[in-house]
Amino acid sequence: MDFPEDLLYTKTHEWVKKEGDNKVRVGITSYAQSELGDVVYIELPDLDRIVKAGTACTVVESVKAAFDIYAPVSGKVIETNNDLENNPQLVNENPYGKGWFSIIEMEDPQELTKLLSNKDYEKLCQSK
Amino acid sequence: MLEKLIFEKSSPGRTAYSLPECDVPVEANDTTPLPERFLRKNTAELPEVAEIDVVRHFTRLSQLNFSVDTNFYPLGSCTMKYNPKINEDVSSYEGFVNLHPYQNQEQCQGILQILYEFERTLIGICGMDAFSLQPAAGAHGEFIGMLISRAYNVKEGRRRNKIIIPDSAHGTNPASASMCGFDIVEIKSNSQGLVDIEALKRIIDNDVSALMLTNPNTLGLFEKDILKIAEIVHDVDALLYLDGANMDAMLGIARPGDMGIDMLHLNLHKTFSTPHGGGGPGAGPLGVVKKLIPFLPAPIIIKKDNSYGWQYDFPDSIGRVKPFYGNIGVIIRAYAYLVSVGSEGLGKISESALVNANYLRKRLSDYIEIPYGERCMHEFVASTRKLKANGITTLDIAKRLLDYGFHSPTIYFPLIVEDALMIEPTDTETRETLDEFADALIKILKEAKTNPEILKKAPHNTPVSRLDEVQAARKPDLRWRKELS
Repeated sequence: MDFPEDLLYTKTHEWVKKEGDNKVRVGITSYAQSELGDVVYIELPDLDRIVKAGTACTVVESVKAAFDIYAPVSGKVIETNNDLENNPQLVNENPYGKGWFSIIEMEDPQELTKLLSNKDYEKLCQSK
Repeated sequence: MLEKLIFEKSSPGRTAYSLPECDVPVEANDTTPLPERFLRKNTAELPEVAEIDVVRHFTRLSQLNFSVDTNFYPLGSCTMKYNPKINEDVSSYEGFVNLHPYQNQEQCQGILQILYEFERTLIGICGMDAFSLQPAAGAHGEFIGMLISRAYNVKEGRRRNKIIIPDSAHGTNPASASMCGFDIVEIKSNSQGLVDIEALKRIIDNDVSALMLTNPNTLGLFEKDILKIAEIVHDVDALLYLDGANMDAMLGIARPGDMGIDMLHLNLHKTFSTPHGGGGPGAGPLGVVKKLIPFLPAPIIIKKDNSYGWQYDFPDSIGRVKPFYGNIGVIIRAYAYLVSVGSEGLGKISESALVNANYLRKRLSDYIEIPYGERCMHEFVASTRKLKANGITTLDIAKRLLDYGFHSPTIYFPLIVEDALMIEPTDTETRETLDEFADALIKILKEAKTNPEILKKAPHNTPVSRLDEVQAARKPDLRWRKELS
């Protein structure tokens, strides 16, 4: 299982990558995609939607069930990964790369301090 | 492929009928009265087949079907009980099948009486004050319940935006509330798999319209603090909604109305033995307490001077939610079921459901992990997560069960149990069937360790073997097209 060092993580298995001062790219972790199983459909948030940290903003449907994915930080959705519409398997194949979900313009960059490091997140997954 | 598509059997010019020559003159220059834009550009490509081939095709398809009439079907929370054939006999009486929905009230007093009496029977069973038979399915009942909770608050002159739903509820609950425009607040279960009372106290406030509770919950556990839950909900004048899909655990034993439930739906296609599955019609009658009667869908059925009729005049009604008065054919079957078991037989249904589930639970508990509870109500949830180390998934177990002639239990639900296997044997199975199922599952759990390959490739004995479910979901191929054949 892969836990890249340059990312931050949530307890609910999302990853966050800082891109510039107040923008972050978000997706779900490799652990999350392996638990969900083969992803078949993804409902991404609309552009310009204001999301609140910890609330559901994306739905991922796998062969097992549909799952809510939570916004790791609060802010405005300024870009989403349109490739996922026709290629949901990208989330399974490349969760930290081509399988990204959206880019959020943060309301409060301080929220990042509440997220987990790769070491802490790895411990969390191992305790499961 | 075991059976060709009916289109692939088509041969140009072949027909399944022979009509006599037309003995009236055919109009010359017969132009179609339809505007051009409604006319088909290409031919319909309907299959051209002989009658015998039509009959054989559909008979063979029906024989490939897996149903409760052929095999044990312990699909958790779906109550796949046997559907007594007397229900079918009664519902096919000429007087019912030839009724027209627009017939005069005077000419259909019989069916109106049945609907009226059926409502009274449900009122008695559930301890509610009124029922509407309009909802066409369980989730339809939930949605209407949510509309009523909104209408109730509007009438009280306030706006409330939240619906609280435990994480052990049926998945349709949040969907129904969300469709109605509410925000969903999830409440986590405690370590016993029950609603966490302290957490409920923390999140309840004056913005809560209702709490939607499934009881027994999806872990097959009875929410023993139901009276406390009702008190907390009623303290802020919110409504307590019961998802009654699991009523097979309570018939004739306990009444939701006595537990402080304000609204509930029933699933006639589960608890009341009407056909279930295949997308065919269901029915989800909605019961309410007195203060919510004014908001029920109009019309309601009334009895006056020994005759039955409709009352439409309900200023606060949420309006009509279904053409006519629900899925009447389904309601007749459920009514026949209740009349044939009688009030004395009602409690026995649930007793059998409870005994069967607990028997199966006990037989399996040494072989498979059952994370919650010591006993269960009408169903229980096991987990196959320990087999992950052997590379075996819940799906593999489910598929292998087919080889032994059993439909799989519900898998991967509820989400609060990892790799869940949700087993509901229902009230109508014999001990022998339960033993055969338990023996098969125990054998499969052993195979998972000794011969995992046989599980990975299962099923082996079914008309088609393992299907590519991923591809089916990602790129569904649902329609026959000539160019592809």
